[in-house]
Amino acid sequence: MSHISSVLASLVHVLSHAPSVFWRLTLSGIELGGVYALIAIGYTLVYGVLQFINFAHGDVYMVGAYIGFFSVTVWFASSSPWIQGICGIVLSIIGCALLGLFIERLAYRPLRNGLSSADAVPWSIISAFYVDAFLGKYLAARSVLPAVAIYLIVFAISFAVMLVVLKKLFRMLAPRIKPTNDRLTALITAIGMSLLLENQGAASFGVSPHIAQVKGINQSVAPLIVLVASVVLAAALVFVIKATSIGRAIRAVSQDKDAAALMGIPTDKVVGFTFLLGAGLAGAGGFLNHMVDGVQFDTNIGITLGLKAFIAAVLGGIGRVDGAIVGALLMGLAETYTGASIFSDFKNAVAFVILIAVLLLRPSGILGKTAQEKV
Amino acid sequence: MLKVSNVNVYYGAIHALVNVSLEVSEGEIVTLIGANGAGKSSTIRSISGLVKPASGEISFNGNPIHRSSAHEIVRLGISQSPEGRRVFPAMTVHENLKLGAYSRKCSKSEVSNDIEEMYHTFPRLKEREKQPAGTLSGGEQQMLAIARALMSRPRLLMLDEPSLGLAPFLVQTIFRIIKDINLKGVTILLVEQNANQALKLANRGYVLETGEVILHDSSSELLANDAVRKAYLGD
Ligand SMILES: Nc1ncnc2c1ncn2[C@@H]1O[C@H](COP(=O)(O)OP(=O)(O)OP(=O)(O)O)[C@@H](O)[C@H]1O
Ligand SMILES: [Mg+2]
Repeated sequence: MSHISSVLASLVHVLSHAPSVFWRLTLSGIELGGVYALIAIGYTLVYGVLQFINFAHGDVYMVGAYIGFFSVTVWFASSSPWIQGICGIVLSIIGCALLGLFIERLAYRPLRNGLSSADAVPWSIISAFYVDAFLGKYLAARSVLPAVAIYLIVFAISFAVMLVVLKKLFRMLAPRIKPTNDRLTALITAIGMSLLLENQGAASFGVSPHIAQVKGINQSVAPLIVLVASVVLAAALVFVIKATSIGRAIRAVSQDKDAAALMGIPTDKVVGFTFLLGAGLAGAGGFLNHMVDGVQFDTNIGITLGLKAFIAAVLGGIGRVDGAIVGALLMGLAETYTGASIFSDFKNAVAFVILIAVLLLRPSGILGKTAQEKV
Repeated sequence: MLKVSNVNVYYGAIHALVNVSLEVSEGEIVTLIGANGAGKSSTIRSISGLVKPASGEISFNGNPIHRSSAHEIVRLGISQSPEGRRVFPAMTVHENLKLGAYSRKCSKSEVSNDIEEMYHTFPRLKEREKQPAGTLSGGEQQMLAIARALMSRPRLLMLDEPSLGLAPFLVQTIFRIIKDINLKGVTILLVEQNANQALKLANRGYVLETGEVILHDSSSELLANDAVRKAYLGD
């Protein structure tokens, strides 16, 4: 009985403050949506050019958060807030963009060009787990390098080495191995990549959560900074896609890859560039959400937040940038409103509820029309 | 100008091109005829670099191109208007034409001049400049595909079934335009189901059957050839 009355009391409280509470919630819903959008754009861009879901994308976001964390707490710990913020976000963007490009070049591109050695890719990822666990421990014990550097170096070395070794092996065995389904191989590769990035994150940074913030940031201003920055970045991305020559090339590749090649567009480079763009935005999202807004994080955020951003992209119509933004805002708002209501326990489930509802009504997402109209 | 020697192409277990050899000289119109599935498109696609021959050589102006990728081959001056038009459906007519000039290193004004020239040749496209290409009629899309292929200022233009699905009147128009393009100095390799008209337009022709070149000769000889008349001209 007392429970019900307390719920009622809080409801009365919310209603009497309705306008201000409502606006505050809306604002933080849009802010969260902005962060989701920065991640969701990467899923949608890559899906546009490759019709492939890059499951490792959420983990790139996680790496962005850690690059931000080390920028703020180690590399620029004694700098002014402005330097911390600007250098931190720039490093997160650059670091993630390069990581995204690296993943595309080493894990996904071999799958597209020549299937016989493509089978080596998923295997090399699995084997890289072991090399990586060993090398990571060894380096961490003896090296003065920062954890992020060890993380990136170990990741690159173990994966690249395994890829080279196994590719050779597969070439030798090739006549005996039946080529597998290329779409399935791509899917397994992406999931393997995601696990590799995440496990290695746990090995390098530990599994306990981290929390930090740009020095001296004003708690009431932080959400506004996140909101403005994500709007600016998303707008810049839309401008690149709609109004520049490389953007037109990206749209061409996502509408018809062969025809794009016939225009003289280097399709592999364009695909690499979309990974660069998407991963860079995810890096920015990681910095903004965790280092500006100070949201606690661990190495699992790649899966948890990444999954929600992916749902947002599907919700809006995967393959479309505007769809990803609309889907992300919808998700951010829904999650925030739910979190403030008596259903707050279902905050994390609401994403799935909306997804199911929308896909029942519009299987291709809110803005998704035909298979042709993408990006 | 273009020399294809003993090219073999496989799609998995399918042997689509069997020792295909052909030549196109500067200024010519050469046509490639054959039944469905004979390997006409595969020939053109391997010249463009969209499929890689398992063996054989392709050279353009004396330089081997069979190992180059498609986007490099366009830069050398070989352009293709592919089977089924393949315009970018969600982009406007204007954007499609701009993309046609992607491979060129030239000023924006040069590109706009060329686009204006295309609008002059194809007035229909001018009227639909801002319309998404996916909403054009089949004939309009075909014009766009040809105009787009010309935007790269090719030395060799390859057309894969430009008359497919067009009304007879429009077919005449397209063939006249191909002739005009050729008169302006562009060499043409034309793939056609419409063998009769193609041979009337072309200087020479190659006949493909299940991946092999079974016959090649001047157009007049091919038009007079009994076997060709039976198989491809419906006599
Ligand atoms: N991507 C592909 N995968 C598998 N087989 C293919 C592929 N493309 C073409 N083929 C096969 O190769 C052969 C030649 O096809 P191609 O498209 O070159 O014929 P075509 O002469 O252009 O026919 P059409 O007149 O119908 O266009 C056909 O048997 C076809 O089924
Ligand atoms: Mg064909």
